[in-house]
Amino acid sequence: MSIIHQEKLTGAGMWSKVIKRGRTLKMTDLEGGANVGMLLYNAYEKHERYNMPDTLKGQYIFNLKAPYCLHSDMGRLFASIVEESSGWHDTVCGASDAKAVQEKYGQGDYQELRNDFYRNAQECFLIELAKWGLGKRDLVPNINWFSKVVSDEAGKLSFVEGHSKAGDSVTLRFELDTLVVLNTCPHPFDPSTEYTPKPVALEIGEADTVQDDDPSLLVRSENQRAFHNTSVYNKLRF
Amino acid sequence: MLKESSLDPANAVYRQVVKAGDHWSHVIKKGQTFRILDLEGNQAADTLFYNAHDPVDRYSASDTIRCQQALYLTTGSMLMSTGGHALLEITADTCGRHDTIGGACSRESNTMRYAIDKEPMHACRDSFICGLHSHSDDLGKRDITCNINFFMNVPVTPEGGLSFEDGISAPGRYVEMVALMDVIALISNCPQLNNPCNAYNPTPVEAIIWD
Ligand SMILES: [Zn+2]
Repeated sequence: MSIIHQEKLTGAGMWSKVIKRGRTLKMTDLEGGANVGMLLYNAYEKHERYNMPDTLKGQYIFNLKAPYCLHSDMGRLFASIVEESSGWHDTVCGASDAKAVQEKYGQGDYQELRNDFYRNAQECFLIELAKWGLGKRDLVPNINWFSKVVSDEAGKLSFVEGHSKAGDSVTLRFELDTLVVLNTCPHPFDPSTEYTPKPVALEIGEADTVQDDDPSLLVRSENQRAFHNTSVYNKLRF
Repeated sequence: MLKESSLDPANAVYRQVVKAGDHWSHVIKKGQTFRILDLEGNQAADTLFYNAHDPVDRYSASDTIRCQQALYLTTGSMLMSTGGHALLEITADTCGRHDTIGGACSRESNTMRYAIDKEPMHACRDSFICGLHSHSDDLGKRDITCNINFFMNVPVTPEGGLSFEDGISAPGRYVEMVALMDVIALISNCPQLNNPCNAYNPTPVEAIIWD
């Protein structure tokens, strides 16, 4: 895997780029306690988007981890999780909004705090989505990389503190040309009452060709059928 | 939380049976009570809600989960919108829990979940699209986000497992909610023939509204 691009995303930063199929995105939690909110859209047909239910029920999982896949709402795969070091990433708890951030952290205006002002994850998503012609209608449940939230038998959710350590990373391999929208605002359940969003490093590289014995495909037959659907799409489209 | 309603269907202002595989939509006015009745048991009523005056503001599974810090819906659950508004509150429930992370079936997801040759089978997304078109040509697939599966049982374990279990609903069980604003309710009464949780037998539900 050769690295073709590197950058650092500050805490409460936002980012959106199209990443071509066959490339990888590695995200590294630089200080520990990072949260990366992620939404995914087909770069060309943006009505096709990341689908939390199909990702979970198609693979019988509640926690995202390697070697599972990120499913679209069209029976296809956006990406495979080829490597990650913390074993659990959340995709059901959503994104903070302006009201939640104000209630938890208080007023954090630019007037007083300059570029340390308090951003919220929903607004960051909407700012980046607007640049690609997308908006509120395109908000769906996102992924929260590096954050662990567990459910008890009754469905009550709790955030696991100290889950992601400095140096923990996630590497995705893209199977479709994908619009990737990120922000690094704190997880909505992060119990810290101080607004301290954490930075992450981003590295984009070239992946090896997917083989028939790829762990992401072998882990569930659902993934093999989704990969088949993805291959047909790519063959006809390009 | 199990809680029975004191409302009598004989006093309802609206009643409609929704057959398996059909879609149904109706505006529920602020203050009205809306009941979905599982007539034969273990049927999944896939449901979406929209702010009737601004359909861009619509039911959000993740905002609902975030605001209640819990996965399952039952009496007391507030159904939240993407815009941060409480659309409805569940006020009675004789089933006990309802799912909002399992999503709806589509012809495409059926190929992924079951088999490529299931593509021609009727699926909830088709019903949702037809239902949205009955309100506006401007609404379509883009507006179909994560829904509620009333009467569906999708248990999550503390270890991160997720499964589809037999329903905990039964003939005559219902869920009831009061509208906190004018909302469009859109049901796809799921035609899914591949899922053991309804014993491979989709059945009708009834929509009932009181003033
Ligand atoms: Zn369905």
